[in-house]
Amino acid sequence: MSLSKQDVKKAAALARIEVTDQEVENALDPLKQVFTLIKEMQNLDTEGVEPMAHAQDISTRLREDIVTEIDQREALQANAPAVENGLFLVPKVID
Amino acid sequence: MFDKTVKELGNALRRKEFSSVELTQAFLDRSKSLNGKINAFITFDEEQTLAQARAADETLLKGEPTHLTGIPIAHKDIWCAKDWITTCGSRMLENFRSPYNAHIIKRFNDFGAVIQGKTNMDEFAMGSSNETSWFGAVKNPWDLNRVPGGSSGGSAAAVAAGMTPASTGTDTGGSIRQPAALCGISGLKPTYGLVSRYGMIAFASSLDQGGPMAKSAEDLAILLEAMAGFDAKDSTSVNNKQVDYASSINASVAGLKIGIPKEYFSDHIAPDIQKAIELALKEYQKLGAILVDVELPTSPLSVAAYYVIAPAEASSNLSRFDGVRYGYRAPEYGDLNDMYAKTRAQGFGAEVKRRILIGTYVLSHGYYDAYYIKAQKIRRLISQDFMRAFQTCDVIMSPTTPSTAFKLGEKASDPVQMYLSDTFTIAANLAGLPAMSIPCGFDQTNLPIGLQLIGNYFDEAKMLATAHQFQRVTDWHLKKPPLTTA
Repeated sequence: MSLSKQDVKKAAALARIEVTDQEVENALDPLKQVFTLIKEMQNLDTEGVEPMAHAQDISTRLREDIVTEIDQREALQANAPAVENGLFLVPKVID
Repeated sequence: MFDKTVKELGNALRRKEFSSVELTQAFLDRSKSLNGKINAFITFDEEQTLAQARAADETLLKGEPTHLTGIPIAHKDIWCAKDWITTCGSRMLENFRSPYNAHIIKRFNDFGAVIQGKTNMDEFAMGSSNETSWFGAVKNPWDLNRVPGGSSGGSAAAVAAGMTPASTGTDTGGSIRQPAALCGISGLKPTYGLVSRYGMIAFASSLDQGGPMAKSAEDLAILLEAMAGFDAKDSTSVNNKQVDYASSINASVAGLKIGIPKEYFSDHIAPDIQKAIELALKEYQKLGAILVDVELPTSPLSVAAYYVIAPAEASSNLSRFDGVRYGYRAPEYGDLNDMYAKTRAQGFGAEVKRRILIGTYVLSHGYYDAYYIKAQKIRRLISQDFMRAFQTCDVIMSPTTPSTAFKLGEKASDPVQMYLSDTFTIAANLAGLPAMSIPCGFDQTNLPIGLQLIGNYFDEAKMLATAHQFQRVTDWHLKKPPLTTA
């Protein structure tokens, strides 16, 4: 199985990145090379090996369910592209 | 003063040979005059920098100064620093002014250090050459036609060029060690969990780790003391006892068992590098260390596994850049989905998009087991290889990179060749082990060569001492590139 233009377009759509046909064309060969590298993994038998999700086998720490952050709405929204009345603005979603 | 270490500058400040304002201004002036050539810095903010230097001078006069009080330090632009523009090397965050401090920035502030500026980097730390930065490539101070390595290339070049006494970096697959090697400086990636990731813009969260970059192992020890420590805001921060790394730096290496993995001494290594590493190992034998053969049989697959795991985590982490809460938003768009798609198409560069696409693909329905789970199994085997090796040795040594600094543009259109420049560094990230690079020689064209040390979990003190003993009997780390200020 080899990576197709359709695969690239589908991944771009899932990742919410607009791509032109030319960009897909340009991206395809380098991506195929990367997947050739990645597929070297298939040469090793890993039957029965426990997957390792994290650098250390640690369990998630728990904390008390209390407020730890102060209200900084203005400071945080200062970086937003569009704000009105303390709300983030996005294009209309529901007609 | 530009040749002096952090330790020497700290002593001079406390002896009142000069003030922090004088020191900081001198480094600011030098870095600004060299930045046109080297492009190591993205942002200077002289007002904020000098305000910190003035406060440090007060502490030096009548407070209780630390080793770092009044020392200017350059921070990779991946660390959020309050009121500083923090770009992560991306158009996406070109105008992002951080409303808060990363844990390590707060720690450095508490230690009295001065933020000298924010250094250039590969976009979102994705690169091994610094060429993917939205703000242009960084040039290697040893040869301005060559790359400094990446992704912490600006931080490495700034130290090598004497533009700053020390810097910080982050290392997901070699991003501290590889540029340290290519620029002839010392750099340390600590054990995963030792340095808080809070306020580090995330790339691959199970691999990312911040660390210091400096002229000597002794300086790394001083910087690590400030950077390391428990932080409740990082859910993977480890709550260990605070270690005084500088106090154990003189520990002898007599009897130290150095593991030599044959997988890291393949015929892919440049002959000059092979020779320099062999000489470095002889130096260690003279100091009383013992070389032992170890095996890391799964490590040749580390690059393959990494390019599944890191992009998978990145595709998830970078979904936050949606043009809504912060960062770039496309000027023209239709509905909400179109706004996302255009914003991300315009805000991200080609390499970042490539990795998001790889990550999205390997996590998508039908491929998850074949790629993502498979890579995680290989990660387990790589980690187990190291645990076996550390039963017979104290530290593992290898070249940091298979080649010295390559030419700008040389690998830019060939991602696989670029990815393979991290072939010796990636395994330590997958296993979460501490690893460092120190200078150990030059090739025939006078480009620096790095020696990699990989240690067992939380063995930073031993590694720093091991590196320091080498730097006591060699002077590779003291060599300076032939630079003239503009």
